[in-house]
Amino acid sequence: MGYLGGFAVTFREMFKDRLTSEYPDVKRPKPERFHGRHVLNRYEDGMEKCIGCELCAAVCPAKCIYVRGADNDPQNPTAPGERFGFVYEINYLRCIHCDLCVEACPTEAITESKLFEFSFTSRRDAIYTKTELLVGDDGRPKQQPWEDWREGDDKHTSGWMRATSPGGLAATGGTVQWSGELGYGVRAPEPGQGGEVEFRLARMALAAKAAKAMTSATSDGHGAADPHGGGH
Amino acid sequence: MMALLAQVTDAGDPLFEKGVKLFSTVMLIVLIKAVLAFVILLVAVLLMVWFERKVISDMQDRIGPNRAGPWGLLQTLADGTKLFFKETLFPERADKAVFRLAPYLSAVPAFLTFAVIPVGGVVHWFGHTWNLQLADPPIGVLFSLAISSIAVYGIMLAGWSSGSKYPLIGSVRATAQMVSYEAAMGLAVATVVLKSSSLRTGTIVAQQVGTAHIGRLSLGWISGWNIIALGFVPAIIFAIAGTAELNRPPFDLVEAESELVGGFHTEYASARFAFFYLAEFMNTITMSALIITLFLGGPLGPDTGIWGLGRLSPVWFLAKLLVLLFCYVWIRGTLPRFRYDQLMDLGWKKLIPAALFWLLVIATIRLGGSTGDKLLHFAVAIPVVAIGVWVLVTAMRRGRERTDAKNAAMAAKTLTTGRPGRF
Repeated sequence: MGYLGGFAVTFREMFKDRLTSEYPDVKRPKPERFHGRHVLNRYEDGMEKCIGCELCAAVCPAKCIYVRGADNDPQNPTAPGERFGFVYEINYLRCIHCDLCVEACPTEAITESKLFEFSFTSRRDAIYTKTELLVGDDGRPKQQPWEDWREGDDKHTSGWMRATSPGGLAATGGTVQWSGELGYGVRAPEPGQGGEVEFRLARMALAAKAAKAMTSATSDGHGAADPHGGGH
Repeated sequence: MMALLAQVTDAGDPLFEKGVKLFSTVMLIVLIKAVLAFVILLVAVLLMVWFERKVISDMQDRIGPNRAGPWGLLQTLADGTKLFFKETLFPERADKAVFRLAPYLSAVPAFLTFAVIPVGGVVHWFGHTWNLQLADPPIGVLFSLAISSIAVYGIMLAGWSSGSKYPLIGSVRATAQMVSYEAAMGLAVATVVLKSSSLRTGTIVAQQVGTAHIGRLSLGWISGWNIIALGFVPAIIFAIAGTAELNRPPFDLVEAESELVGGFHTEYASARFAFFYLAEFMNTITMSALIITLFLGGPLGPDTGIWGLGRLSPVWFLAKLLVLLFCYVWIRGTLPRFRYDQLMDLGWKKLIPAALFWLLVIATIRLGGSTGDKLLHFAVAIPVVAIGVWVLVTAMRRGRERTDAKNAAMAAKTLTTGRPGRF
């Protein structure tokens, strides 16, 4: 076809379906791992999960998180343990929604919801403090006037974490390794880790490898192979 | 055909008939026609921009403009309104007078060329016979060529007066490109003029009525089109050169975004930018109309010959225009931009020789005489042309080989010494 082949391609495309959706009218379902605006989670008993360790602030590449920890009042603790997040601020004019803070958090205190349509009109509104970020008493995020939440979006506040296998291992996909949340209890894993079949197969392969290592270790008497992956 | 020819030439502009009185029906009608042509062309541009955006988005599996008005029809109007309310900026080093003048030099010729395009047959208004054409001067084709050359000044001066690097490069490119392609374009038009022995656009259209028919079904309205009668080559050359003249993709090196920011109109904003935009799309329409007039039988349609140039002739004209405009959009949606040397190669080494050769062939045929005479002409002409082409091709190949050898030697030197050789 040479030069004319291209003309056939463009002509054919004219009769194919459009790929774009009419965005403000039609909104596509968002994936489980969507990176939206953050929430600060609480335990089932209402205690805050944040321990004020500042790991999120340290890892943030945009330097948009500001955290200050403080000692808990022993009589009336805000979080279980010694410390809690006294000040927690995220500047959404800087945040790039990379989710590194979520990965860094040791207590699943900070997670990302699916909300991305929040067009604040002042710089003050752009800085979310604990007042805005902390989930309400029903476990749902507190909706700000300028936020455009979709039906059901407020239930997916920790989707990214629960759709990602703990420790980043395919073999551990689908296992619950997170604490309960206020209003929900311990939530089930989300799909989206390459499919249930794949990670079950991977887990079986790992188990078989471990079993083989175990038998070889017992047979030659070294005991070097650790079936549980080592690192203790 | 003769009847139609007589009709067209006799129904020349009433302005030329018995002197011109300033306050007369004739003058009024000419004025109305001018305003009508202006408004129609302006609306056509609005629709053309919309049409182009929609078709391109179809080809790219997108939706395209759909918010302003039904199917996004008013999008161009919205954009235009916005542009006219924007701030007018002058670059610090701009030559202000020329900077102001350039957009008009670009937009006005776009309107003017359309004046000589016959869009339909003959109508009888107010006791006068009129062509559906703003003016039918005896030099119509020359006029359109001359005016389209003026448009080059708009682009060239815009780039130069901006006092900025990219626009200057864009305008230099524009000048070189126009000069290269105008020659081929002129030679293609010359074949048409040779065939119809007239520069008058009305006559050129009337000359395109043929005689072919299948049984009682007359095909005269299509068989005589210049694209067929002149053997396709001039029409193709004219279409390619015309596209280059318009600076439309794939020949849009003048405003190549990836290389020159915005090209010649980088420094323009607001209404002045709108004029360039307007001119670009209006030129596309005008060029399509010119191709129709010269090669595709103008407003000739299936009803030609039944009522002279039929009552539906503007419809046929519009249909042909739509097809051509679609082709322009299709080309834009398909072909990538030419590299600059490819552009020059196509213009100088392919189009001009081909157009020249074809002009000679047509001229030889037109020379007349008996069949024996014609054969003799060809017997002389073909070897001469063949020798000429051979000399040209050999010269070009030798030149290229020499340059290649020089470059290879230079590259080898660079490789061995580690320093770039002298070029």
